[in-house]
Amino acid sequence: MSIKTIAGVDINVNDEGYMEDASQWTKEIAKEIAKEEGVELSDKHFEVIEFVRGKVAAGEGLTIRGIGKSGVVNAKEFYALFPGAPLKKATKISGVPKPTSCI
Amino acid sequence: MEKTEKIPLKKILLICSKASIEDVYAALVMGNGAVMEGIETKLFFTFFGLDAITKKTMNKLHTATTGNPGMRMPGGLPFPTMLGGLPGVEAGVSAMMRKQMDALDIPPVDEFLELITAGGGEIYACKLAMDMFKLTKEDLHDEVKAVITVGDLYEMCDGPGTQIVFT
Repeated sequence: MSIKTIAGVDINVNDEGYMEDASQWTKEIAKEIAKEEGVELSDKHFEVIEFVRGKVAAGEGLTIRGIGKSGVVNAKEFYALFPGAPLKKATKISGVPKPTSCI
Repeated sequence: MEKTEKIPLKKILLICSKASIEDVYAALVMGNGAVMEGIETKLFFTFFGLDAITKKTMNKLHTATTGNPGMRMPGGLPFPTMLGGLPGVEAGVSAMMRKQMDALDIPPVDEFLELITAGGGEIYACKLAMDMFKLTKEDLHDEVKAVITVGDLYEMCDGPGTQIVFT
């Protein structure tokens, strides 16, 4: 665990840069992390982030399939919003732990 | 000390030649997993593996209940081979398996293919096997990009950080 200053706030992050305390998350922090990941956040991104944070808060697992069926975005749009590794990027930006799902 | 450069996996080609649930899903899970990691992914279906991309058969795949030493009864007791050969047993066991997978949020084959292509993965069918089984492109799921030869397949394997996996 280490402390990283994001958007002027000291945040606890793990070795891979994932936030360790989801309650420290703010939209400004999300924008900063997104910039590091090469993503410019739009309103649509924040809708996905809200869904992701809601799922994690409810203790439910995250999968690309689940996000694709969320009604917020379909799988293709999700890949387009967070190019490359969408589930990893979206969770990192959402301030929640890295998902452990294989699908 | 000699310096070794690590080349990350950039592209993967998965070849699936069998039609059993476990063989097909091994290819699909690995393929989808690669897409999720941002790895360029191509899946090539040949021989009996074509069942996984043929509209008529793709969502009705079976697992073998005979000649499968890993087969167990619910509860973990050994599954007698004689029982596995009875009519309807294989269909029943396979249906049960598909149901259990669905409960784990593992999608049916057609949806899995759509998930893979949504992320930029590509699905191909083997031309020679298609000719053998007298299949046409129309018999295949819409997500299949093309019917290709083995030569076409190898042409796709260019570049450092490329791996071929045969399941």
